[in-house]
Amino acid sequence: MFDTLLLWPVILPLAGAALAAALHAFPAVQRQVALTTMVLTFGASLFLVDAVMEGAILTKAFGGWMPPFGIVFVADRFSAAMVVISSLLALCALVFAMGDLRQRQVRSGFYPLFLGLMIGVNGAFLTGDIFNLYVWFEVMLIATLGLITLDRTRAQIDGAIKYAVLNLFSTILFLMAVGLLYGATGTLNMADLAVVLPQTEPSAALTLTAMMFLLAFGIKAGFFPMFFWLPASYHTASIIVSAVFAGLLTKVGVYALFRVFTLLFEVDNGTLKPLIAVIAAGTMLFGVFGAAIQWDVRRILSFHIISQIGYIMLGLAVATPLALAGAVFYIIHHIVVKANLFFVAGAIHRATGSFDLRKSGGLMKASPLLAVLFAIPALSLAGIPPLSGFWAKFMVVDASFQGEAAWLAAVALFVGLLTIFSMSKIWIEAFWKEHPRAVRARPVPAVMLVPIAALGIITLAIGFNPEPLVAFSNLAAESMGDRTQLIGAFYGGEHTAGVTP
Amino acid sequence: MEPVLAIFVGLLFTTAIYLMTSRHTIRILMGVAVLGNGVNLLIFTSGRLTRDVPPIIPAGLDAPLIPIANPLPQALILTAIVISFSFFAFLLVLGFRAYQELATDDSRDMRLAEPADDPLPPLGY
Repeated sequence: MFDTLLLWPVILPLAGAALAAALHAFPAVQRQVALTTMVLTFGASLFLVDAVMEGAILTKAFGGWMPPFGIVFVADRFSAAMVVISSLLALCALVFAMGDLRQRQVRSGFYPLFLGLMIGVNGAFLTGDIFNLYVWFEVMLIATLGLITLDRTRAQIDGAIKYAVLNLFSTILFLMAVGLLYGATGTLNMADLAVVLPQTEPSAALTLTAMMFLLAFGIKAGFFPMFFWLPASYHTASIIVSAVFAGLLTKVGVYALFRVFTLLFEVDNGTLKPLIAVIAAGTMLFGVFGAAIQWDVRRILSFHIISQIGYIMLGLAVATPLALAGAVFYIIHHIVVKANLFFVAGAIHRATGSFDLRKSGGLMKASPLLAVLFAIPALSLAGIPPLSGFWAKFMVVDASFQGEAAWLAAVALFVGLLTIFSMSKIWIEAFWKEHPRAVRARPVPAVMLVPIAALGIITLAIGFNPEPLVAFSNLAAESMGDRTQLIGAFYGGEHTAGVTP
Repeated sequence: MEPVLAIFVGLLFTTAIYLMTSRHTIRILMGVAVLGNGVNLLIFTSGRLTRDVPPIIPAGLDAPLIPIANPLPQALILTAIVISFSFFAFLLVLGFRAYQELATDDSRDMRLAEPADDPLPPLGY
C-alpha cells in the first residue's frame, strides 16, 4: 500500500499540467488548478517523507515487470527530502506569482509549463532507472525552455539559445554514458547496476562512462569549467522562473551526480577524488569572483548559485559519511535560501523599478520589512551564525578538515568572506543608498512578501534548531553511502535495511 | 559488424563536434542533431548486433523457445529519437526566431543577455 505514495508527487503535477493546459482560456481557473495541485503535491511528499523516515526504502515497479527488467521508482530519505523541499519551493513560487505574474505570461502558458517542470523534477528525484532518469531530464529541459522564453524578449531568446544548446549537449552526453553503461553491464536498473558493476572487470568503456556522467551532470549542475550557460541565461527569465531554476535545476544535476557516484562508481578510487576536489574549489572561487563584478542583482545571485554548488561538491570530493551529510544539509539549505534571494530580488524590482543596483536604492527607509527579509537569506548565504548557512558550511568545512582536505576548507572559508562582499554590495546599493532619481519606492504586495517570509522563517528555524536536520542528513547520507540498503530494498523481499543480496 | 558501426559512430561524433564548434547557430544546431543520431547508433551497437528472430514470445509461453534479438536497445532508441526530434524542432524555431529578432546568426554577436561593455561596480567601499 505504501508503494503508491511514490507515484503521487509525479502524477499530481502531471494531472495539473494537463488540466491547466486544457483550461488555457481561463487564466483565473488555471491559477486555482496550479495552487491546488502544488498543495496536494506538497501534502503527498510529506506522507512520502514520513514513510521513509524510519529508514524504509520504498520501491514501485511499473507494469508488473519485476526489477531489473521493469522501470522502477524508489525513495529513500535523500530523495524524499528533495521532493518535499522542491514541492514546498514550487508552492512558494506560485504564491509569489499571484503578485508578480502578468496576464501575458499566463497566456504564454506559464502554469502548464511550471507544473511540467515539477513533473520532471520530482520524477528525476524518484526514479530508480538510469534511462528513465534521462527521460525526466528531458521533460525538465523542454519545460524550462518554455519558461525561459516566456516573455519572448530579445535577451531571453539570446539566453535561451545558449541554455538550450549547452543543456541539450549535456543530456546527449548523459544518454551516451547510459548507452555505454548498458553495453558493458546489460542492465539499466540502478540497484542492479550497483550489484553488477563491482563484478564487472574495469575497462576503458567504464572509465569513459564515469567521466561522461561527471561531465553531463557537471554541465547541469554548473561546475567550474562548464557553468557558462547559467549566468548567460538565468537572469533573462522572469523572476519567478529564475527563482525556481535557481532553487531546483542545478540541484537536480547535483542529486543525479551524488546518486551515480555513490551507487554506481566510487569516488574513492584514486584519480576521481582529486579531480572532483579541483572542480569543487574552482566552482567556489570562480562563482564568487564572477559575482563580484556584476551590477544586476539577478546576475550576482546567478554567480552565487555556482559558488554554492562548489560547497556541495566539496561533500562529494571528501566523500566521507560526514561530508555527504554536510552536502545533503547544504542542498536543503541552499534551495531555500537561494530561491528566497531571487524572490527578494523580485521585490526589489517591484519597489524600485529595476534589477540594476545603480538604478535602485532607498529601500531601507521605504520598506524596512523587506530589508529584514533580505538580511535573513543574505546572511545565511554568507554563513553567518546562527543562520542555516552557518551550520551547512560548518558541516562541510568540518568534514574536509577531518577528511584530510584542509586546503578545500581554506578555499571554502575564503569564498564565504567574498560572499559577504557581494551581499553587502546589494545591501549598500539597494537598501542604504538614496534612490538615484529620488523617486519614492512603490509598495510591495503582501502576496509577494508572504513566500519570502515563509522561506525566511524556515531559514531561521533551521538556524536556531539545526539538530533535527543534522540528524536527518546524517541518516540520509548513511543510507545513500551504503549501497546494500538500496539493493536490499529490491532483492531482499523485505523493506529492511542492510540486507546483503 | 560492431567495429564497422563503431567507426561510423566515431565519424558521426567527429562531424557533430566539428559543426558545434562553429559560430553560426544553424551549424551548431545541425551538430546537435548529428550528435543525437550518433548516440542512437551507439546504443544500438552496444546492445550487440545479432541475426535473430524478432522478440515475440508465442502465446501461452513465459519465455521464448529460441534465441531472440535484443528488443531493449530499440525501445531506448525509439524514446531517444522522439525526444531528440522534438528538441530539434524546438531549437530550429528558436534559432530562426533568434535570427529574426537579433538580426544575426553569429553567436559572437549575441551579447544582449551579457553586454560586453558593462562598467565595473566599485571594488571596495
